[in-house]
Amino acid sequence: MSAVIRLDDLTLGYDGHPAVHHLDGAFETGSLTAIVGPNGSGKSTLLKGITGALKPLGGRIEHAGISVREIAYLPQIAEIDRTFPAVVSDLVSLGFWKSRGLFGAIRGVDRGALDEALQAVGLRGFEQRPIDTLSGGQLQRALFARVLLQDARVILLDEPFTAIDEKTVADLIALVQHWHNEKRTVIAVLHDVEMVRRVFPQTLLLAREPIAWGATSETLHPENLLKARRMTEAWDEHAPWHDHVAKHHHHGDAA
Amino acid sequence: MNLVQLFIEPFAQFGFMNRALVGAIILSVSAGPVGVFLMLRRMSLTGDAMAHAILPGAAAGFLVSGLAILPMTLGGFAAGLVVALLAGLVSRFTIQREDTSLAAFYLISLALGVMLVSLKGSNVDLMHVLFGTVLALNDDALVMIGAIATVSLVGLAVIWRPLFAECLDPTFLRSVSKAGHPVHLIFLALVVLNLVGGFQALGTLLAVGLMMLPAAASRFWVRGLEGMCALAVGFGVVSSYFGLLISYYLGVASGPSIILVAGGIYVVSLFFGRRGVIFTRVQAPRHRVA
Ligand SMILES: Nc1ncnc2c1ncn2[C@@H]1O[C@H](COP(=O)(O)OP(=O)(O)OP(=O)(O)O)[C@@H](O)[C@H]1O
Ligand SMILES: [Mg+2]
Repeated sequence: MSAVIRLDDLTLGYDGHPAVHHLDGAFETGSLTAIVGPNGSGKSTLLKGITGALKPLGGRIEHAGISVREIAYLPQIAEIDRTFPAVVSDLVSLGFWKSRGLFGAIRGVDRGALDEALQAVGLRGFEQRPIDTLSGGQLQRALFARVLLQDARVILLDEPFTAIDEKTVADLIALVQHWHNEKRTVIAVLHDVEMVRRVFPQTLLLAREPIAWGATSETLHPENLLKARRMTEAWDEHAPWHDHVAKHHHHGDAA
Repeated sequence: MNLVQLFIEPFAQFGFMNRALVGAIILSVSAGPVGVFLMLRRMSLTGDAMAHAILPGAAAGFLVSGLAILPMTLGGFAAGLVVALLAGLVSRFTIQREDTSLAAFYLISLALGVMLVSLKGSNVDLMHVLFGTVLALNDDALVMIGAIATVSLVGLAVIWRPLFAECLDPTFLRSVSKAGHPVHLIFLALVVLNLVGGFQALGTLLAVGLMMLPAAASRFWVRGLEGMCALAVGFGVVSSYFGLLISYYLGVASGPSIILVAGGIYVVSLFFGRRGVIFTRVQAPRHRVA
């Protein structure tokens, strides 16, 4: 198997402060990985880095054989203008972007795909509903349907199941597993450790720094979870600047 | 004089009324949809800022060649584009948001423009630039407005889908394509284009009225984007026609008459529109079975 996304001593952050620190590793093609960690541990930051929206403070992200624009990304908080006069099918069919291009119209075959996607997330009959009338969970499901239509080789999901009811979550999990069978690479940020154990073969446990990355059963070892919980969430405003010449030193180690 | 004559006579009899009507209608058709997008992107005041921003360019054209159409239009267009670009760049590379940087640049631009006009012209000339000359539209001006409207409509049709996506979900558009930023700039260029077209007929200050008022009124009636655009165009055309008629019979300035009619349509829509104040208040408390 080959890596589709490789992280090389990656540091991501804001205003010079690292939020994800010295991350090394790779997401294999066709892997199904969960990213787990406490609030503020840098999970969303890592996904933003992988989509290219956030430039690394240090290190590199390598995409093998795909462009960042071919990655489907479901953000934790979508910046959708809900007052815009659009209906559900308008929103969901944005997912045809890759196949239809900037100016192409939506065709007959697309109608079929659109119906299927809405069916898959349980939004059949909502095609013409204005988006400002959707409930929170319904909107999240519409966005999931859009990811379906994007038909991407790599799919990033940031807490995709928040605000979604149990039955729909079960349906969506089945979808994720279906993607996995189709050899798509799926990376999902989740807080539900039970679900991760059940569904995701691979796990990255993050607490600003990587705690563990590998097979889920080993990564989610109680000892690791405890270690992750001890992460300090706030950063030090006056922390000294990192010396980039000295690669791979360890923070907290006595000098 | 019968009723039909009352409504048609001024336009049939006087070439200048006829041209004024044609010019204003063309402008309504092209500015209406642009106004709808401005409103939906919460940039309603951007039109106003832009209208001020084009002033120094128009003034420079005016200094060079008096009240000639082409230099003033080109100058205004260039000035508007520069301001739009600078504002866009500032918001892209600093934390300042576009509305603030736009305000800064249009104020600079406006001051420059007024200063330029005061260098040469009298106040009458300034009034000319500011409040327009709809009754003095010549054929050259009509051709210019026609060309501008054509470019604007075609341009809007071409960027319609990416612009729609940009309005609805900018983060998504950014993740799948590089088009977001160029599309935003092209859209601002279309705004400027319509304003420079409008200031020939209505003046810089009122060109914006024909763009925003019909758009704002349309939102009280329909929900869909296409419907809003169509209705805005309709309101603009109606305002042009009745505004000119009023200006003819009452002997008042034509530009403000047109805008006041549009303003009247807005107020009526605000109260009596299907999504206006009254209807949303008095909806009967009943419900369907499912
Ligand atoms: N735009 C931003 N500017 C500055 N700091 C930010 C920004 N976004 C996130 N941070 C900080 O970066 C750190 C990591 O944030 P991130 O959103 O990646 O956390 P997360 O693991 O996704 O947490 P959660 O489980 O709450 O979603 C946090 O300390 C947060 O305060
Ligand atoms: Mg997060």
